[in-house]
Formats: sequence, structure tokens, C-alpha cells
Amino acid sequence: MSRDWLKQLQRWAPYALTPLVVIAALPVIGLGPWVTLTVAGLTMGIMLFMVASGLTLIFGLMDVLNFAHAAFVAVGAYVAVSVLQPLAGWTNEMSLALNLAALLVALIAAAVASGALGFVFERVIIRQVYGAPLRQILITIGALTVIEQLIIVIWGPQAIPLPKPAMLRGSVFIGSSSIETYRLFALCVGLAVAAAMHLFLTRTRLGLVVRAGVEDREMIQSLGYNIRRVFVGVFMAGTALAGMGGMMWGQYQAVVGSQIGDSMTILVFIILIIGGLGSVGGCFIGAILVGLTSNYVGFLAPKMALGSNILLMALILLWQPRGLFPIAEHH
Amino acid sequence: MTDAGDALLRLEGVYTNIGRYRILHGVDFVARRGRVTMLLGRNGAGKTTTLRTIMGLWKARLGKIIFDGQSIAAKETPHIARLGIAYVPENMGIFGKLTVRENMLLATERRGFAQQHLDRVLESFPALKVKWESPAGSLSGGQKQMLAIGRAIIEQRRLLLIDEPTKGLSPAMVDQLVAALLRLKREHTTILLVEQNFRVAEAVGDDVAVMDEGRIIHTGDMAALSTNHALQHRLLGLSMADSL
Amino acid sequence: MAGQINQATEVSTGKALAGPTTDASLTAPRHNPKIGSWLSWIVSDDPPGRVLLNVTLLVILAALLFAPFLFPGTKAIGVASRICIFVILVASYDLMLGFTGIVSFAHTMFFGIGAYGVAIMLANGWVGWSGVILGAAAGAVVSLVIAAAIGLLSLRLRAIFFSMITLAVASFAQIVAEQWRGLTGGEDGLTFSVPAILKPGFRLFPDPVLGVIINGRVITYYITFAVSLVLFLIMLRIVNSPFGLVLRAIRENEFRVEAMGYRVVAYRTLICVFSAVMASLAGALMALVLGYNGPDATLSFSLMIDILLMIVIGGMGTLYGAVVGAIVVVLAEYYLQNALGAMSGAISGMPVMSALFHPDRWLLWLGILFVLIVTFLPQGIVGRLRRRR
Repeated sequence: MSRDWLKQLQRWAPYALTPLVVIAALPVIGLGPWVTLTVAGLTMGIMLFMVASGLTLIFGLMDVLNFAHAAFVAVGAYVAVSVLQPLAGWTNEMSLALNLAALLVALIAAAVASGALGFVFERVIIRQVYGAPLRQILITIGALTVIEQLIIVIWGPQAIPLPKPAMLRGSVFIGSSSIETYRLFALCVGLAVAAAMHLFLTRTRLGLVVRAGVEDREMIQSLGYNIRRVFVGVFMAGTALAGMGGMMWGQYQAVVGSQIGDSMTILVFIILIIGGLGSVGGCFIGAILVGLTSNYVGFLAPKMALGSNILLMALILLWQPRGLFPIAEHH
Repeated sequence: MTDAGDALLRLEGVYTNIGRYRILHGVDFVARRGRVTMLLGRNGAGKTTTLRTIMGLWKARLGKIIFDGQSIAAKETPHIARLGIAYVPENMGIFGKLTVRENMLLATERRGFAQQHLDRVLESFPALKVKWESPAGSLSGGQKQMLAIGRAIIEQRRLLLIDEPTKGLSPAMVDQLVAALLRLKREHTTILLVEQNFRVAEAVGDDVAVMDEGRIIHTGDMAALSTNHALQHRLLGLSMADSL
Repeated sequence: MAGQINQATEVSTGKALAGPTTDASLTAPRHNPKIGSWLSWIVSDDPPGRVLLNVTLLVILAALLFAPFLFPGTKAIGVASRICIFVILVASYDLMLGFTGIVSFAHTMFFGIGAYGVAIMLANGWVGWSGVILGAAAGAVVSLVIAAAIGLLSLRLRAIFFSMITLAVASFAQIVAEQWRGLTGGEDGLTFSVPAILKPGFRLFPDPVLGVIINGRVITYYITFAVSLVLFLIMLRIVNSPFGLVLRAIRENEFRVEAMGYRVVAYRTLICVFSAVMASLAGALMALVLGYNGPDATLSFSLMIDILLMIVIGGMGTLYGAVVGAIVVVLAEYYLQNALGAMSGAISGMPVMSALFHPDRWLLWLGILFVLIVTFLPQGIVGRLRRRR
């Protein structure tokens, strides 16, 4: 009887981790800042999720780790810059509708550009290195360098500002806490994307095929599905998501530099490891955890922010060596 | 050899390597249409490799694999599956994180299930109805095997490749499985069945091919083999008494 | 061993040759059996092999040996020192990547640890050679322990998992180095005084030798060169020992090796530890050469990219590839920029074209070269020249 109970506890423990962290932080930080930080953490987490989710699906489905993922983040950010410059008329108006319209255009442009580049990338680079982890790592790192340099060639070496639109600057006040307006926007977009992803994976046939393929690639092929073609689509979706994440990250920081993706890379890897390679749900929880940890620790001990995430990863690995929600290992 | 049914599947001189190791050394045999062909042999004889090669999961280095007149040796696995070949691997290939329903759904062409086919499957494997919305990973070993086979037969297939379905199952489960296989046999489904359990082989098989060290060492009638204990012992190192 | 046995047989059957022989066989030169076998022992029976390669490497060796005299000036000595140190850094990386098939991103961390070992000692009062030796040793020990820990904990995991974890560990080390001002000087790093005879002002001989003043820099260079040469030969010995053969087998098919009774994790951990210690010693040399160490000098990720560039271009799994790769990339870093600058000036008309060939874009061209080599010439330059297997 108690065995059963223990098993149930083990099953639900990973889900409880995030709420526990949130609740534990409250007394340490104090209600006022806690609200701000929690929203900030959730927002950062959602943006990281957008970037990381593509990568974990790509890995889960085809065993490909794309070290060049950061390049797509950067491409998305830069394309957004170029698209928003002529739309300055819309973004500077004090009209929420126009602002959002401009942002929507930029988001779509970033997604399309990164997705298209992803298509080319899969054909030219990834296709050669299926099943060869060593060459994958090497070639994608090389490609990352090349793409980042090409970005500098096209847009120049200087960092470029990416201002927020007029209505999304500043903060709203809830009680004694201030929450940046842009964060709320990012949170909404991120949640919408996450919801769309969830619906796609659980309600559509293609999503079903993807989920099955992540578990057992050979079997899904034995059932007649051409997983290679599916993979191209997943790869493009992953890079498109990275592009959108890049745009929002860049706009949130108000400036875009060629290394914008690199700063996220280590956090994204930590999220993948914590969540379990291949698990979108794990990625979501991992991303939120990392976002929250960064903000809570960033408030309490600013220098320790990134270090604390690495420690978090180490602790979780000690508990669950394959991540919180591991998917079945491939052959 | 009784001459009922032409060859639906023919292997000629098939050599397969895994990495640097040669596993199949020129496999020749035939699976006749509408009959159950048993593929027997000791562990490591190459039976699973043969099935995987037919399915395209491993590529044959040399040799021909002809399915209903069409050469499939160089084709990709999804293509081969779409030609009407269903594969039930040794590890069953169940998607544990998906529900039983979702597992079955993946095996159908249409958006949903044809009620007739579904009823047929659930009749043979009633446990699946109970666990319909549960994650497939929560099923017992025997139930997973039922799901794997159910998935293979939910739509009409021209050839079933089944790898050691009774492995690790309780006697009751084995009986249920044999009943399902016999039902398929009555419907003239062509099956290529790998089995270690000689009793099951006897009950279900029409033709037999015995493998050893990557080669076929005997082909013939199941009935003939079943009555020839000396031959059984020579080929499989066991007799009727041992397999109980 | 096999080479020496072969040689003994050849000599005893009267096949001693009259003059230097440059045939393309894989045995050592046999113009004098005694010297031949000694040379053969030095390179652990693993000479470069092909004529072109032998000649190239001998030329490189000679150029490095006489660098201060052939290329006078502070910048050239700096480049030569960098090449020597990188040869060790990259060769030790090749031990993991090329011979055992392990991709680690923590290599620069060990490089940094060795450098900080020396830097911290010398900056905090342990002046003189005792400080240098102790610092290098301390760095090596810390590297050993950390490498062992990483190896034992992570080498059981999948390759990609392991790589990601090394990235995380290296990032952590970088953060520690940048934040712990008290120990490491933070982002500014540590500047310190090197032992007396290594100072630029020191003169070994009052008059110039062959036109060059033998000052502290020259002495530092020769120490760097000598230590690098010795470490390289040691690595060559390791790679050609029975231990090295097991490593190569692991790279080919670890399951088989495990089945044969070898504990793969133990071998992998050992090579990671050894590689880390080598990198650490290279770091110690770097600190001596620069008289300074900071996160940017030894811990940056761009350094990791450089290492990958060098090993891929030079050729994985050959050790000599590290030499060729180091030369190509270091020279490219320094002189490609000039070349690009000239080209850029010539086509200043077209905006995108001149941006493509801007001197700062040398990394773009190296990156393209890198991708091309991984695609079309995965064995690298040395691998191609050697054409083994």
C-alpha cells in the first residue's frame, strides 16, 4: 500500500517542483518584489521555452542536436529590426491596435525568415550528418559561426536598437508591485504559442505522428509514415519559433547584437537537460524553472544568477539523471 | 511440399551486415500467399535480422527481396509498410506515452476507425477496450502484445511479419494469442512468424523455414516436421517433450 | 615496437641502405640503423609518414626552432609562442576527439585553470621559479580532479548529453573566474611579474647572437618550445601504446570493446584526465608568456572554437594534425586580416562585397573553410596526406 503511495509521489514530484520554488521564494523576497519577479520569471521562461521547444523536438525526433540554433534566434531578431524600421509610424502611435499590428507583422516576418533559413539549413547541412553526433556538433558549430558573421556583413557590427512600441513601454502597477507592460505582452504571446503547440501535438494527426516518432522512430516508419518529411517540417517550426523568441528577446532588451543567440544557448541547454531531451512538457517546466530561478536569484544575489541555474541543473541531474520527463531512449 | 498458394514474399541470396559484422549469409526462402510460414531457429540465428531486412530497417547488402512481384530490397521502410506489410517487432514497438486508442489510430489510413475492423480487433483482444484511453505504457506485457498485433490487423494487410509474440507471456495469454492467430489464418492472411515456442509453431504454422548462423538450413511442411522428432532434434536441438 | 622489430630484421638480412631514404613507407628513415631506430623511438613509431608531410613538419619544426632568428621582432615571437602552446592544447584535445570520439567543451576551462594556477601564485607573492612550478602543479592537480569528476559522472551518458554538460561546467568556471575578484582578479584578470630571466629586460649575452639580442622573451620562447616539444612527444607515445590502441578501438565500436572485457568508462575517464592535465600545463605556459591571465585570455568560448577549427582543419586522430591546424589558424588570425584588408580596399565600391572581405570577417572565412572541411575532407589536411584507412 505504501509502495503505491511512494510511486504516486514520485510521479507527481517533477510537476510540484515549480510551484514549490514559487511558494518558497515568497517569504524570502517579500510580497511586493515577489509579484514583479514572478511575472518576470514566467515571461523569461516562456520566451526561453519558445526557443528551447523547437530544439528539444528536433532532438527527440531525429537525434540531431543543432548547435546552430542560436543563429536562428539572431536572424529572427535582426529581421524584426529591419521590418519594424519602416513601420515606425505604427509603433510610435499611441494606439494599441497599431502597435500590436506592427508587432504581429514583425513576428510573422521573423518566423518566416528563420523558418525559411531552417529549410535551407536542413537540406544543406543537417542532411549530411544524420546519425553522426560528432560531425553534427562540429558542422553546426561551424555553421553558427558563419551565420553570425554573415549577419554582421549584412547588418553591420554595431548593436542595433529595437525599441518597444509606444503603448508597451513603461509598467503597470498591481498593488505595490510594478510589472513591465512589455512583459505582459510577451507572456501572452508565449502562452498562445505554447497552447498552439500543445493543441497541435495532442489534437492533430501530424502531432500524433511527431509524438510517436519521438518515442520510437523505427516503429513510426514501420507504420508507413515518412518521418523524414515530417522532420523537415518540425525543423522549420523549431527554427521559426527560435526566430520569434529572438525578436521578443531583442525587443525586451531593447537592443540586438549578433551574439544575441549565444547568451541564450547555455540557458537553453540547461532547460533541455532539466526537462529531458525530447520532451516538450519537460521543456516547458524546465524553462519556467530556469526563468524563475534567474529572476529570484538575480534579485537576491545578482552575480549568482547564471551560476544558480547551473547548480539547479546539477541538483536535478543528481535526482533524475535523464531529466524530469525523459522520453524513451532511441536504438 | 503442398502446392497451395504462390509466393507472396520471396528472398533470394540475401546478405545483411550490421556495421562490420555479416549476419545473414545468403538467405533463401519463400512465404506463400494465404499461409502461415514459421521462421524457426536458435537464438542469434538471424531470424530478427531477416524480418528487419524485409522491412527495410536494415539494408540487404546483396540479394533479392520480392514482394508480390515487386523488388523491395532497396526501398525505404515507410514505402514497404505502405505496400501492405505490417511489422510487429520483438519489443512490440508500442508507443508508451500515447494511449491505446492513439496507438491504434496511427495504424489506420482514415481519420477514424472502420467500426467493423475495430470490432474484430476488440473481439479478439477484449482487454484493449478496457484500457482504451490509458497510456499504452501502463499495460501488462501480454496486453501490450495484444495491442501490437491489434495494431497490425486493424486494417487489411497483405503480409504480417511477427517476431516472437509469445515471449514472456503467461500460458493463458499464449492461448489467447494462438486463438487470434488461428482466426487470422482462417481469414487467409499471409503471416511470416518467428517463434521459439515449438508448440505454438505447430499449432499455427503451415510451412516452416529453419535458420542457423544466418542461413536457411531446412524448408518444408510444418506437419512433416512436427511428426519427425529426429529432424526436430537435429534442426532445433529439441524435441516435442523439451518444448513443453 | 613493430617498427623496430621490422627494422632489426631488415638490417640483419643485409638491407642496410647507403644514403638517406625517402620512400613513402611508414618505417623511420634508415640511413643509419642506430639513428633510425632512435628517431623511431622518439616519435613512438608513428612518424608523419608521407614524404610531403614529413617535409612539411620538418620545415615547421625548423621554423619554430629558429623562430627568433628567422623572424625577429616581438610580434613574431608572440605568434610562434602561441603556435607552440596551441599545438599542445589542440593535440591534447585530439586525444579525446580524434582518438576516443569524445566532444568536450570544457577544454578551455583546464587551459584557464593551469594559467590561473601560475598567475595566482606569482601575483600573490610566490615569485620566482618555485611559484611557477607550484602554480603549474597546482593547476594540473585541480584539473585532474575536476576532469576525473566530470568523467566518472558523465561519461556513462550519451555523447550529446556529455557535451552539453561540459558546456555548462565551462560556463560555470567562466562565471567563477569573472566574479571571484579576490582570487582571479575578476574580469580584469591578474598581471604579475615573471621570474627574472624571463623578463624582457634581461640579457643572457650582452651582445646580439646572429643579429638577435637574447633577452627574456627569447628565453621564454625557448622554454615554451622545449616544453611543448616534450609534451607532444609524450602524447605521441601515449597514443601509440597499448592504451592508445584500446582508445581507438573504443572510438570504432565501444560495445565490442566492453564485451572484450575492458571498462570503457575507465579508459575514457583516464584519457580525459590526461588531456586535461596537458591543457593545464599549456595554460601555465600561456600565463608565463603573457605575464597576465584573465577570462578573455584563456576561458573564452571563441578559444574553444579556435581549437575546433584547428583540429578539424589539421586532421583529427593524428596528433600531427594539431601542428598543421595550429599553424594554419594562428597564421590566418594574424595575417588573413591583412590579406582581407587589402582585398577590401580594392573592392571598396560595392558595399556588401567589401563587408564580406573586411579584415574583421576573418572568422567568416575560417568558418566557411571549417564547414567545407567537415563536409568534404573530414580527415583534415594531415589525414588526407596520410591516407591511412
